[in-house]
Amino acid sequence: MQLIAILVVPLLASGLSLLLGRRFAAPITLLATAIVLALALTVAAEAARGGHVAASGAWLTCDGLGALVLLLVAFVGFTAALFSWGYIGESAKHGRKNVRQYYALYNLFVLSMLSVPLLANVALVWIGVELTTLLSAFLVGFEDTPEALEAAWKYVILTTLGAVLALLGFLILYWGSRVAGPGPYTWPGLVAAAPRMPPVLLWTAFLFILVGFGTKVGLVPMHTWLPDAHSQAPASICALLSGVETTAALYVILRLFPVVAGAPGLDARPWFIGFGLVSVTVATLLLIYVRDFKRMFAFSTVEHMGIILVAAGLGGADAHLGVAYQITGHAIAKSFCFFAAGVTVLGVGTQDIASVRGLVRSSPLAAIALLAGGFAIAGAPPFAVFVSEFVILKAGLASGQFFVVGLLGFLVVVAFCAVMLHVNRMAFGAAEHEAQAAALPISCKLTLVLAAIPLVIVGIYVPAPLHDLLKAAASAMGG
Amino acid sequence: MSGSPVLFALDALTGALFLLTALGVVATRQVLASLQLFILQSLLLAFSALLLGIAQGSVHLLAVAAITIATKTLLIPWLLRHTVSAEIYRTREIERVLNIPSSLLIAAVLIVLAYVVATPLLGTAAVPFARINLPLGIAAMFLGTFTIVARREAVPQLLGLLGVENGVFFAGAAIVPNLPMIAELAAAVDVPAIALVIGMLTRRIHTRLGTTSVGELASLRDH
Repeated sequence: MQLIAILVVPLLASGLSLLLGRRFAAPITLLATAIVLALALTVAAEAARGGHVAASGAWLTCDGLGALVLLLVAFVGFTAALFSWGYIGESAKHGRKNVRQYYALYNLFVLSMLSVPLLANVALVWIGVELTTLLSAFLVGFEDTPEALEAAWKYVILTTLGAVLALLGFLILYWGSRVAGPGPYTWPGLVAAAPRMPPVLLWTAFLFILVGFGTKVGLVPMHTWLPDAHSQAPASICALLSGVETTAALYVILRLFPVVAGAPGLDARPWFIGFGLVSVTVATLLLIYVRDFKRMFAFSTVEHMGIILVAAGLGGADAHLGVAYQITGHAIAKSFCFFAAGVTVLGVGTQDIASVRGLVRSSPLAAIALLAGGFAIAGAPPFAVFVSEFVILKAGLASGQFFVVGLLGFLVVVAFCAVMLHVNRMAFGAAEHEAQAAALPISCKLTLVLAAIPLVIVGIYVPAPLHDLLKAAASAMGG
Repeated sequence: MSGSPVLFALDALTGALFLLTALGVVATRQVLASLQLFILQSLLLAFSALLLGIAQGSVHLLAVAAITIATKTLLIPWLLRHTVSAEIYRTREIERVLNIPSSLLIAAVLIVLAYVVATPLLGTAAVPFARINLPLGIAAMFLGTFTIVARREAVPQLLGLLGVENGVFFAGAAIVPNLPMIAELAAAVDVPAIALVIGMLTRRIHTRLGTTSVGELASLRDH
């Protein structure tokens, strides 16, 4: 029952935002996302106890991994809605912006991401992922600047191309499952059918989906659209794009992991590690030379997606627990980073790293948020990403994959230094002239406080239900 | 079930023409011609789905054929004429990265590659029509992808993308005759939605920037 409500509430909120106009759109969206978050928490609690939530026949289901992604989408959906209230309000003061359309699309975009972990039928999951692109295209281009439209164009063309390539993968996968015999076209159904599928069909399908949805995840070399879209969209949308949209696409790839592992003679792990390491390496190099702080966080997303892929490729229950942990840490920390970047942009009016100096004096809150976000995403203790990266590296060492772990560890340290160097200069560098930054909307300040709570808690101490949820998610990956 | 050699021969002929239209999109110089080739290609896709539907007794494929005609030959061209009419009826040459001979050379390599990808799959199960549709569908996908990469303008890139989608359905019709939901939903909802979103975005770029040479939009670079 909750599962249906989770999908219906955003739909209603979207319609109401369009009908009632700009004054009511923001509170309605905030209310709707709060309801969805509460419902997602109940679903996650049930899944953490080992339950399997289902609704409307077998159309909607949710296990541990699905519940984790659902919870993260719901959480960032809520905080980003709160952030939107002030941020989009400020942004709409300059130029003609369609705030009603923004909130209508915002709710639909969140809906499409919520649907990905809930839909049982794999064919429908494809449609869900495809819709995340189409519904967010105009959100990416919301600022209506030439740069924003360019970013939106690359985003739509490349990720849709990826999704269409993945579609052939899903058709071949279906073909393979039919050859294996009758059975539902669901994730558990595929895992069950995998040993009887012709390996060449499964493998070809896997590669098409890995490359196709890998485009949406932002894996190198299909990542070229990502830094553009993730830097030009409004900060609230960036938080969703970077924090959870990439995760939703990655979720589909991770679902294939146990399917491929179940087929005789196939091993997806080298591909996961290969794509992952290349992504981490390229993203780390780009992080050193980046000039725009929103692009910096975007490259950091490419880096983290790579880390998660490597961790999945390392294999074993411990590494998969690390994957679940890293997904969580990244979603929480990255959305926080973009909120921090958003208030910085509001305060100083630029995204250029070199033009922002001495932020701690002109806008202390933005500076503290940027520093905290930088530490959190780069993986400093006591934040969640530190713990998850530690778990991953330890699991890799335990299974004797020293080269991969060594390289990954080295790159993570370099990326850490790069991010902190940039953030440090922005916060403490000597400013040429002390400009008083603009005042921040109250909803943006509130978002920073709210989003910081799980950021710290998950790093210091993982509550027992969350730990159970992470374990359930890891076991769904075949750990 | 699929014993009719006539249907098989007809499908082979359709497949050959289907590939020719994909090549035509790679080679053509004008936007209107690209659009017309896309409509022709969609008709051929619908015809192939019809043949396969009859041969394999699949109602779903007949539905796919009907939806393809409705969306890809009527709705999408109508949408494009309304959202980006200035683009479509312009008569100058499309900006391209490569000249036509080298484009066709690369296209030939891509077609061979499609056969390399498809051949191992064909040995796994007895689906006679897949022998025609799978490699040609994959070839059309590769050619469409190449069109997107090689064209610098908005509408030709969109038509390339829709060409990739046509390729997927051409292959899909043979390998999964009984996958109703994804094929029908994707054909009915997803494809027009793609055309609508991208068409509207094109119009916005056009009014905002005065050009749709998306290849020239290069302010977002890393140095």
